[in-house]
Amino acid sequence: MARMINLRIWRGDSTDGGLQDVQVEANEGEVVLDVIHRVQATQMGDLAVRWNCKAGKCGSCSMEINGKPRLACMTQVAAYDDEETITVTPLRAFPVIKDLVTDVSFNYKKAMEIPAYAHPAELAPGEARMEQVDVERSQEFRKCIECFLCQDTCHVIRDHEENKKSFAGPRFFIRIAELDMHPLDTLRNRKKTAQEEHGLGMCNITKCCTEVCPEHIRITDNAIIPMKERVVDIKYDPARWLGSKIRKREGII
Amino acid sequence: MSELERHSYDVLVIGAGGAGLRAAVEAREAGLRVAIICKSLFGKAHTVMAEGGAAASMGNVNDNDNWMVHFRDTMRGGKFLNHFRMAELHAKEAPDRIWELETWGALFDRTKEGKISQRNFGGHEYPRLAHVGDRTGLELIRTMQQKIVALQQKDGEQYGSMESNIKVFAELTITEILKENGKISGAYGYWRESGSEVLFEAPTVIIATGGVGKTFKITSNSWEGTGDGHALALKAGANLVDMEFLQFHPTGMVWPPSVRGILVTESVRGEGGVLTNTTGERFMFKYIPDVFKSIYADNEAEADRWYTDQDNNRRPPELLPRDEVARAINSEVKAGRGTEHGGVFLDVSKRLSAEIIKKRLPSMWHQFFELAGVDITKEPMEVGPTCHYVMGGVEVEPDTAAAIGVPGLFAAGEVAGGMHGSNRLGGNSLTDLLVFGRRAGIGAAEYAKNNGKNPVSEAAIKAAAAKIQAPFDREGGENSYALHAELQEVTHNLVGIIRTASELEDAIAKIAEIRVRSANVSVSGGRKFNPGFHLAFDLDNMLLVAESTAKSAIRREESRGGHTRDDFPGMNNKWRQLNHISSFDGTQVNVREQALPSIPKELFDLFDVHELEKYMTQEEIAKGGSN
Repeated sequence: MARMINLRIWRGDSTDGGLQDVQVEANEGEVVLDVIHRVQATQMGDLAVRWNCKAGKCGSCSMEINGKPRLACMTQVAAYDDEETITVTPLRAFPVIKDLVTDVSFNYKKAMEIPAYAHPAELAPGEARMEQVDVERSQEFRKCIECFLCQDTCHVIRDHEENKKSFAGPRFFIRIAELDMHPLDTLRNRKKTAQEEHGLGMCNITKCCTEVCPEHIRITDNAIIPMKERVVDIKYDPARWLGSKIRKREGII
Repeated sequence: MSELERHSYDVLVIGAGGAGLRAAVEAREAGLRVAIICKSLFGKAHTVMAEGGAAASMGNVNDNDNWMVHFRDTMRGGKFLNHFRMAELHAKEAPDRIWELETWGALFDRTKEGKISQRNFGGHEYPRLAHVGDRTGLELIRTMQQKIVALQQKDGEQYGSMESNIKVFAELTITEILKENGKISGAYGYWRESGSEVLFEAPTVIIATGGVGKTFKITSNSWEGTGDGHALALKAGANLVDMEFLQFHPTGMVWPPSVRGILVTESVRGEGGVLTNTTGERFMFKYIPDVFKSIYADNEAEADRWYTDQDNNRRPPELLPRDEVARAINSEVKAGRGTEHGGVFLDVSKRLSAEIIKKRLPSMWHQFFELAGVDITKEPMEVGPTCHYVMGGVEVEPDTAAAIGVPGLFAAGEVAGGMHGSNRLGGNSLTDLLVFGRRAGIGAAEYAKNNGKNPVSEAAIKAAAAKIQAPFDREGGENSYALHAELQEVTHNLVGIIRTASELEDAIAKIAEIRVRSANVSVSGGRKFNPGFHLAFDLDNMLLVAESTAKSAIRREESRGGHTRDDFPGMNNKWRQLNHISSFDGTQVNVREQALPSIPKELFDLFDVHELEKYMTQEEIAKGGSN
């Protein structure tokens, strides 16, 4: 049941590049990453593509397929019409290294700027008690596989290189939200620093990030919007800010 | 040519999965400068694929559990070929390693009392696996990745630079571990991105490179599982122990072809999933071996009752150790009772509601729905065995994880051998990598403090550089992709789940022939991010691993755990006393027998003598453990 499909692949590096057309066999049930690998093994031995698990769990094979940020391992070839050319291009928000591989070091730098989890000093290993409902809020964000598709699609940085310096991006807003909602974390002012140091205010909640998330994390509704609302509260109501911190501390028993 | 990039560290960790990161944390906390090297981006290592959980006898769900029960289960699962000391250390230290992760921010699922929840798994007597839905590996790797960042932030405050004392070198492949005067001096490799070469000088190297699955055609492993650490260790003069033992996970996806081999977590069975053949028979009842008859139910009614009353019923046979279940599925398919795609059915939809399935097995639901078009809340999955884990690995000293025979070399995690014997229990690998990752970090830190720098000679650098350049200088040679596919056919057909002497002989000859041809691999294109070039080096590693596996397998004339011989179907107590040690003489792998360390009296006494009689000879029983 194999058929030939038309694949258009961006090839090149930081200096020059362009789209190349190839014809390649596709079998029933195959995903875009399968046909890219077939091209690599039979026609273009040096075609650069990142991948690891091929099961949507590691977030390595991020690219743009017909202009949409997607995981190539989770995109069925059958999702496109038989006659349609499938175009694969590197993530646009990050500098190209070669072919479909981009330099995503921006994300790792941002990760280093988010203050780490701070465990209560008085709570010894094994003594933590938390309710399942309380850990689930943060667990949603810890599902993140760091594919960086949300970063790629976010228009604050997609076409505005100059914003990168002051904007951490959706991936790191959910990291901050995760720590902020962590029942045990003791570091204060996470929402405030999200606003003042990590560019939360630049997000205008178009929800593009939520739409591309392969883990279906409700980035905008469950992380960004609640933090934005609370930031406003904190700014105008110091008593409420204090209350929220006391409630959080009471969660530690 | 531009000048060679050089780095100098106290401890060099090769591999950024769970074991490597845990080792790096420990070595940095001991005050040393640490480099972490990974072939992929940081945080993508195969540990993310671990689904079910991390086994530790915390006793949160059943307070009868303790390290002694865990130790017994581990030894039974490994058919008593485990290094007793590793199994002991693992069972004793696993709970502390899990609790420690919580202090670094990990968020495990909870019990009603608010403790870490624990789930049932094959071969574990009590609910023992700490878990986060079915993405436990991701939680572990992310927690440790973030712990590394926390250490970097601390260094940043103290020394002004976050990467001054612990730095991740992502997308870098090590091609050689270097020695001077018989001791470790560093490692040599290339940046995958640019193809340019890098020298690391360090008195200690910790190998934490994971497994070898890509040697096989059907595997749950990603492209990284090419046995790099196994081969690097062999070439550096270390030994591999018991490389014949490969775990074929019983449940990999079988359809469509593009997903063949992708893991279906054992949690599906832990949560009540049932295996049936095409006649509708729940066939596992036919495959309970004598050694397990006292603890596994032999009828459906009792097996079903166990899910609600574990104290008064025996466990369902779907939860037998993985080797037993994989062989059973293989037999059913061979007997013509498999699906048209060569699998059997695994069904959880009849026991659990759609809502609970989506909550407890979210990534399984997602994986089958998006990749196979199957809704597991309504339909059964089609599953079959997939090459998942290598029990064999670098021979190490249990307490320090030091590789035997090479001062300064350490190994932890899947790449190390001995811990799991002939078969690993599910859930034991995640705690293995924490327990022995930490111990390797301590071992390496102590060695580095007691042994100063060991400078790398110019001759060693030249030789390592020449090897990297060689495939570019050849023209019209062999294609590395084609050779890799040939190797995978050989291992799949001749060194797979069921083996015989004649096929293994054939395999050894064919692997040797592919190795000769691989010396003539040529690479098209330049050095910049060139997968054909990368595969040429991975291929060399896989060939050494496959040779070691085939040569160990042909010698072991019995069936035990992850090694099944059609021509020697039973376990043989004589073989339980022997390990196979692989070493490399520069041209080929040589395998010899070595006596297994004998179990001390206090561990011997943890077992009922009648149970040990199934595994041990009369002389061993009479001795009652060494003193």
